Order: sequence, then C-alpha cells, then structure tokens
Amino acid sequence: MCPDPMPFPTTPEAMTTTPSLHQDQPPLSWTRYFGFSTDAKVIGIQYIVLAFFFFLIGGFLAMIIRGELITPPADLVDRTVYNGLYTMHGTIMLFLFIFPVLNGLNNLLIPTMIGAPDMAFPRLNTAAFWLVPVFGLLLIASFFVPGGPAYSGWWSYPPVSIQNPLGNLISGQSLWLLAVALSGVSSIMGAINFVTTILRMRAPGMTLFRMPVFCWTALAAQSLQLIGLPALTGGAVMLLFDLTVGTSFYRPEGGGDPVLYQHFFWFYSHPAVYVIILPVFGVFSELFPVYSRKPLFGYVYVCLASFIIVGLGLIVWVHHMFPSGVTMWMRNLFMFTTMLIAVPTGVKVFAWLGTIWRGKLQLTTPMLFCLGGLINFVFSGITGIMLATVPIDIHVSNTYFVVGHFHYVIYGAAVMGIFAAIYHWFPKFTGRMPYEGLGKLHFVLTFIGANLNFLPMHPLGLMGMPRRVSSYDPEFAFWNVLASLGAFLLGVSIIPFLLNMISSWARGPKATHNPWNAIGLEWLLPSPPPVENFEEHVPTVISRPYGYGTGLPLVEHQAEIERQLTLQEASA
Amino acid sequence: MTPSPSPINRPAVVAVSLWVGLLIGISRWVGLQSYHWFPVQASNAAPLVDGLFSFETTIGTFVFLAVASVMAWVILRHRAEKYDASDAEPIEGNTKLEIIWTAIPFVLVMAIAVYAMKVNTSLGVLGPMEHIHLADAREQQGGYPGDRLPAESIEVVARQWSWEFRYPEAGVSSTELHLPLDQPVTFRLVSEDVLHGFYIPAFRLKQDVIPGRAINFNLTPTRIGRYRLRDSQFSGTWFAANQADVVVDSQDDYQAWLKQAAALPLQAGISDAVVEYQQRLQQTPTPGWATVKPAPPPQVNVPGSNALPHDA
Repeated sequence: MCPDPMPFPTTPEAMTTTPSLHQDQPPLSWTRYFGFSTDAKVIGIQYIVLAFFFFLIGGFLAMIIRGELITPPADLVDRTVYNGLYTMHGTIMLFLFIFPVLNGLNNLLIPTMIGAPDMAFPRLNTAAFWLVPVFGLLLIASFFVPGGPAYSGWWSYPPVSIQNPLGNLISGQSLWLLAVALSGVSSIMGAINFVTTILRMRAPGMTLFRMPVFCWTALAAQSLQLIGLPALTGGAVMLLFDLTVGTSFYRPEGGGDPVLYQHFFWFYSHPAVYVIILPVFGVFSELFPVYSRKPLFGYVYVCLASFIIVGLGLIVWVHHMFPSGVTMWMRNLFMFTTMLIAVPTGVKVFAWLGTIWRGKLQLTTPMLFCLGGLINFVFSGITGIMLATVPIDIHVSNTYFVVGHFHYVIYGAAVMGIFAAIYHWFPKFTGRMPYEGLGKLHFVLTFIGANLNFLPMHPLGLMGMPRRVSSYDPEFAFWNVLASLGAFLLGVSIIPFLLNMISSWARGPKATHNPWNAIGLEWLLPSPPPVENFEEHVPTVISRPYGYGTGLPLVEHQAEIERQLTLQEASA
Repeated sequence: MTPSPSPINRPAVVAVSLWVGLLIGISRWVGLQSYHWFPVQASNAAPLVDGLFSFETTIGTFVFLAVASVMAWVILRHRAEKYDASDAEPIEGNTKLEIIWTAIPFVLVMAIAVYAMKVNTSLGVLGPMEHIHLADAREQQGGYPGDRLPAESIEVVARQWSWEFRYPEAGVSSTELHLPLDQPVTFRLVSEDVLHGFYIPAFRLKQDVIPGRAINFNLTPTRIGRYRLRDSQFSGTWFAANQADVVVDSQDDYQAWLKQAAALPLQAGISDAVVEYQQRLQQTPTPGWATVKPAPPPQVNVPGSNALPHDA
C-alpha cells in the first residue's frame, strides 16, 4: 500500500518542476495491489485482475445457460433460475468485465503512451476503481436476497422489471438498479479522468496528430461515456423510483410510457458498444504495425474515423426498437444512420489490411489474436448491416441472430483484441515475458470455441428462435448442441490463459524495455516502468507514431535513452 | 496498393480477376442458399424479406471472402522469415485508396438502405399507430392504405403467459389463431400486463405488444398450414412457454371453423404456464426464485392445441 500524502500536479508546467514523490521509497511490494493506490499502473492491474475474476463468474453462468440449452425442455434449472442467470451473465460481463478491463488498459496505457506521470486526478481514479468492487458485491449479493437476483434481462425493460413478485423493498431488481447506477457514476468519474489526461498531459511535441491511435480511440470512447451515461443513469434511477416508491414514469396504468425507458436505455447502451469496440480498434491499430513492421496505413483517417463513429453512434439507438412500436419515418431514418456507420468502420478495416499488406508478419500470440479478432469483426459487421435493414430486423430482432451478432462483436472481436493487448503489453507492466506456446494454444481454443459457439446462433435466429428462452421447440436442437459444445470449449480456453498469466508473472523470463521492438513512448520506459513513468525527463516527441521502416526517431535523443535503458538492463 | 510506376503485371491482373470472378460465383451461390435458412414462406411479407436477405448475403459473402482472401494471402506470403526482425517498406497511406474505400461502402450501404426502404413501404405492416399522424379517410373505415382493406379484424390479447384471439364479428374466441388464406387481416394487439412480442417466424413479421396502447397490425397469409406464434419480447418466468399455433385455412375451412367455434361453450384455453405453475406448487420446497403468478387461462370457445407438429 502506498497512499500518497501529497496531491499530484495536474498541469504540464507543474509536472516538469515538481520533484518525484516516489524516488526514495523502498522496492514496491505486491501488497500494493490490494490497497488504495493512486498509481495508475497499480489501478490498471487492479481493474484487469478484478475484471477477470468477474469474467470467470460470468463465464460460469454462461456454462449453465448453455447446459440448459443443450436440450429443448427446461430441465437443468428452474425457469426462474434460468432467467436470473442469463440476466446476471449479461450484466456481469458488461458492467463488471468488459468496462473494467478496458478501464484497466486505459489506466496502464494512456499515461505511459503520452508520457504523463499519472492520470490527471489520481484520487478520483482510485475512487472510480473502488466503486467497482462495491457495486460488484451488490450484484453478487443480489443472488442471496429473498426472491433471487434480477431476472428481467440486462435491458431491464419495464413493466417486467417493476413487477417485484415478493413486494420487498430490497429485491434483486432494486440491487441491480443500484449497482448499474453506481457503475454509471464510476464510469463517468473514469471518463472525466481519461479525457482530461489525454487533452492536458501529453508529452512536449505530442500534438493530437502525433498521438497513438489507442489514445484517440480512448478519447472517442470516453467522450461517448460522458455524453451517453447520464441518460442511462437517469433512466435507471427513474426505474428504481417506479420499482420502490411507486412513481409512474414507465408504468402504463399510471399514465407512464414503458417505451420511454427503451429510449433512455438505448441512447446510452448502443453507444456503449462503441465504448467497447473503439479501444479495441485502438489495440488493432497499435499492434498490426508492430507485427507487420510497417506504419499504420492512413493514420490520420483512422484517427478521424473514430470521431465520425462517435457522432454517428449517438444517432442510431432506435435500431434496437424497430419492432417496439416506433413510426415508419423513425424506422427509415435510423436505418440510414446505422448503415452509415459501416463507412468509417470500413475505413479502419481497410487501413488494417493496408497495414499488413506487404508487411513482414510475425505471427506472435498478440498478432494471432488481432488477426482472429479482425476476421470475426468483419463477420459481425456484415450481420450488423443485415440487422440495420428494417425488414430483416423485424424478422430477426430479439432472436438468436442478434445474440450471435453481438457475441461476435464482443467476444469474437473485443475480447480477442483485449487478449491481444494483454499479451502485447504484459512484459511492459509486469517485467516478465508471457509464454508463447500457452498463448498460441489459448488463441486456437478461443478462436475455434468462439466460432463454434456463436456461428450456430445465426441459423437459429433466422429459423425464429427467440433469445432469452429457457426452453425451445425440438427443431432448434441441432444448432443448439453445437453452440453448447463451442461454449464449453470457450470455458476450457481460459485455462491456458490463466496458467500463462500466473506462471509467467511469477517466474517468466525477464522482459527488456522493448521486447517486441515496438515504437511508442511506453517502450522507452523500463519494464516495469517506475511509479511516475518518465518523472521530469519526459522526452520531446518529434514525429508521428508507427514510423516502422522510416528510420525516423520518435523522440529527441532517442538513441541515448535506449542506450541507457539497455545499460540498466545489463547491470540488473 | 503499390505506388510504384512499374508496368502492369499481367499475370497478377489475370489471377486477381479470376479469383474475384470465383468469389462472385461463390457469393451468388451462398445468396441463393440463404433462402433455405428460413422457415417456409407463409405470408406475402416473407418473399420480400427473404429476397432482401439473399441480396445482402450475396454482398456480405463477397466482402467477407475478399477480406479473408487478403488476410490469407498476407499470412501465407508476407510472413517474416525466421529471425528476420527488419522492417518492411514503409507505406504510410494513399489518399486515392482512402477515397475509393470510403465511397464504395457508402454507395453500397445507401443502395441497400434505399432497397430496404422500398420493401418497407410495400410491406406497410405498420398500421396507423403513430401517436401523431395525418388523418386518412380510409382510416375512418378501419382500413389500410391502397387496395388492402382488411376483411377481418382480430383482437389479440397477450398475457403472462397466454395468447387469446377474439373474432368480434363472429363472436368467437380461441387460444389457437385461425386465419383465412390470401386475405388481408388486421390485428388489434393489446397487452394486459407487460411487453410481449407478436412474432410468427413463418410470416417474417413481429410487433411488440405494449400495455396501455392498442396497436394495429396487418398481414396476409399465403400458405395453408400450421405455424408457431412466439412471444418475442421477454415477459417473465414462462416467456419461453408462451407459444400459440397459427392455422392458415382455406376460405371455406376458415368460415366453417368460425361457425363451428361460435356454437361451442366457453372453456379454459391453453396456458402452459398455469399447468407448470400448478406442478410447481406441488413441490416442497418451491424450486427456484420468486415468480409472478400466471394469469388464469382465458375462457374461450376453442382452446385448440399448441402441441401438434407445425410447419414452421
């Protein structure tokens, strides 16, 4: 534990003049990961480790769901239990796995990539992180309250979500809503920090168009959080009032409108998908150049595309509501805006293809995860266009086609990209190299498992199997068996990952400052970096990122900095 | 992607053209296959939806295979030699290419959207249910745009967890939906409790049923048979069991069914939820977590069945 006694400087001028606060501290102990640290690199790892703890819980729930669905009747668990489990699976995976793990990457990568000593508001950062275990505990506690956890799906559409069968004030649903509202508060606190840090604390010379794409995508994603989250959090609080104190915001018998909630919910929750996928686009944009030994193709266009996605992402939410009773002009309008998102997204996909084209590919574990994630993403983009098409969506909305589509986006692309990021930056932040053999095994199992699990969901949806069902007609059995086998394979795939992480962190080979020969400020730091990164010696950036093959140095005195790092490593 | 002014590599152009031709062929074939991924077509909406889906599947297959081909080529041919840590030729971008690959997807998705909008218009599934809409004389007669004046109006009552169908003109109610072949039908969709989804996959149509609102919805069945109606908007514990059968009859059979049904006394209709709830009450301790109690089965002339083999 190293609670910081002094406030961190928050302006670039102050940073360069304040002496380092941590210079004379004893070697850092592993116990700091269990306390209230204000160090973004500690918080980043706290986020990631906690997220994977919840990933295991959410994954375990998925195994029960797929166990139930391997046969047509509702025979493994009671229907009430099934509904609670699928609700909690979605909630845990989104609010306790994917958002926290991405915030972990933000914490590790943003300060080191832009040369800042820490986040702009370190204490706010600590508070934002510690809200995660608090609302995580609330959600897990909801399994043990009378009546069981929330069961109305992660959308929590009223009136089902305000039915409250036992009539208790403390119900699974009310705890769920409280947890989601707290998660919103935590994310808003994080977003303020990330946006401020990126805008105000970049290294000298790092103009916006010399900034790594990961930071561009993080800036885009966190701006979306700031715009969208108030709508969801407000909507959830109103729902909590309907549930607990009898207001009628959404209650039809009191003059409320249940469809209003859907607007609040999707106004945020569609952009939330971009909050998830944009940083993963950032990871792809960072990693393809490294492992192709080529500059990112069309860097400026890739940067700008992120913000075009932000703009469009905010005006597409009604495509989740095509069958909800919206008017025809809204259906048509939102179909057009949704389709347009394919354009900036296509720019990015083509940029990555342009990057690997004629490169010198190194098929390392992170590169394999990127390539696998990219092809899965292209597939999910195509089914996304189909879903944007109103007449097709009318048929397949709320069916397994949608479930297949978004699992391709989230697991097939985003989670694969997150694994790529973890393998790539693991040496930087732990000082140890991960094992390639286990990593490749992890990739193969994940890629096959994800496709076997999620591809069969598409024919199921086209045939008309609704999502969220605890039982189904026998004609759907064949594809469901395949999907369940894929899910169990995915469950197995996490074993080599955990083994790799634990064993290589404990006794993996020591990492040099730049084991992948990558270009970026973070690779000009020792592995692991000192508490305040560059401290007062922040290098001056003189060129664009990804200068592979150009021979241009990224920063002033680069050769000198690298020589010193190599000397340090040799003497250690 | 090479900015070099080298002369055109003829064999490469031929090979790429042949490959693209092959991909177009495969995509066309997959597009035609896609018709088999759906249930039978049992309404006049189905061919339109399936046609649109086939069109998008063709384009999507081509895009996917083209991207996959580039990736496969790069992985096979542009891999670094073992121990070769050197950089590749630094190509930083190409504005002409950026314009091309912005314009082509733009044109493509707009073309799809315009096609889909036309299908939307011809489907016209949405009745005059907008909160605010222009007055339409045909509406006053309970009718629909153009020549599709509905012959029959059927009220659909969705509950936790049963479907009830009322035929006001014939004075019939049922928990099995009967429809006449090739006749436009208007439904009046209402819910007594929560959101439900009125979804008949064989018809390719779906509409949420919203408590506090009556929604008009029309369709025309085009194939005799027995199909599934499924609840498509999560409605609580027995959501999955909230299924009814839709029977499309010939005109004569339909009229005969109505006449026969009107003579039958009221009895309890189908509600699988009620049956399962009773079984649940027998067990001690009660399994699982809390649940809303199912509404009593609706009193109807014809319970019908939801356990017979169905076409889709």
